[in-house]
Amino acid sequence: MKKIVLAFAGTVSVIVLLFGYDTSTAGPMATTSQTSVISGGATTAPSGSDSSGSDSSGSDSSGNASSGSDSSGSGSTGASQSSTVTGDVAQTRWGPVQVELTLDGDTISDVSVVQYPNGNGKDQEINSYALPILVQETIDAQSSDIDMVSGATVTSVGYQQSLQSAIDQAST
Amino acid sequence: MSEPTWRAVEQIMGLPVSIALRGRHAGSAAGNAAWAAVVADLRTVDRAFSTYRTDSWISRHNAGELLDPPPEAAEVLALAEAARRESDGAFDVRRTGRGPVGSLDLDGVVKGWAVQRAAARLRDLDDTDSCLSGGGDLVCWTAEPDGAPWRIGIEDPLDPRGVIARLPVSRGAVATSGRVHRGDHIVDARTGRPPVGGPVSVTVVGAELAQVDIDATVAFAQGGRAVAWLRARPDHAGLVVWGDGRVETWRSAA
Repeated sequence: MKKIVLAFAGTVSVIVLLFGYDTSTAGPMATTSQTSVISGGATTAPSGSDSSGSDSSGSDSSGNASSGSDSSGSGSTGASQSSTVTGDVAQTRWGPVQVELTLDGDTISDVSVVQYPNGNGKDQEINSYALPILVQETIDAQSSDIDMVSGATVTSVGYQQSLQSAIDQAST
Repeated sequence: MSEPTWRAVEQIMGLPVSIALRGRHAGSAAGNAAWAAVVADLRTVDRAFSTYRTDSWISRHNAGELLDPPPEAAEVLALAEAARRESDGAFDVRRTGRGPVGSLDLDGVVKGWAVQRAAARLRDLDDTDSCLSGGGDLVCWTAEPDGAPWRIGIEDPLDPRGVIARLPVSRGAVATSGRVHRGDHIVDARTGRPPVGGPVSVTVVGAELAQVDIDATVAFAQGGRAVAWLRARPDHAGLVVWGDGRVETWRSAA
């Protein structure tokens, strides 16, 4: 199965990752932004390079139904034209964060975190559900970008106006 | 996705229940049969536990009839009791001031539990990924543990036609509680009132929908303490939207 996570619209080349780090570990950077902004083209490396730190999450991604995200550690799918783009190191309130995107052509196939804040060992044990929460800057909420919507309880009436309804209609 | 996604919707329990399948049984006879079984399962739960049906067990119980509870009642009540203890009483299915002594309102427990139980049927479909949503609370499954994740949009509580975040989820559950769509339907059981100064939306991601659904509801009822309470819960992550539109992500501290 081809591992396409996000359609990478040509004009939208900025993705913001929000990390669910425990703010109680806030370090000296406490006043800086909590977001890591990546723009394409920073560094290109051959795919499959085993970036440092990529083993720090997803290590328990099989087994007890806890693999909320496969976005790190799984490597690329071996498509010939895939490449990786490593973002600049972003200073966050918890310390430096660096992420790496794997691209198949112009499609993001993987997102992994290559550098975590290293304040303490706990930071390395990223809960598999915590990464990554993607908040795209100009998320346009097209049905092609979203498989299902989680929202406050939708009544049957409210459903008629909901995004989930639009997604359901799009394929029937 | 390179493979087409098969979708269907049914109105059950007063909620839109949406399904998405992809892979071998997306649209196959076995896939359709599994969906039919899911629908039948949820309708059975509705007949027993819906407070909107006068003939349900729960409605007749609350009207003072002495009836044998349905077999699932013990499991649902055990979940409710655990939630009451873990929320210091903020979550309580025992009604106060309405109906006779012993009246119950299981709506906050039943939906997540029922959708989780029904979704388990979809795992028997070989080489098939599934995503089942009951009114915006959903269970994701991929045939491969690290299969291409479902892309879950988190509804913008201030603009329900938009999303504020997107979470990739392969296997896991996502629940969101908030005050859109239904108005202030969550009250703190200790005060009987909606929480003050709290979030407009709480999303919890974890392994079991029954649990994350309750946690999202309880966190919402905690008002300004929502994130602190969530962090103390095990093995969860998610995000909270505050009244000013600020999005705060969090994960379990443990």
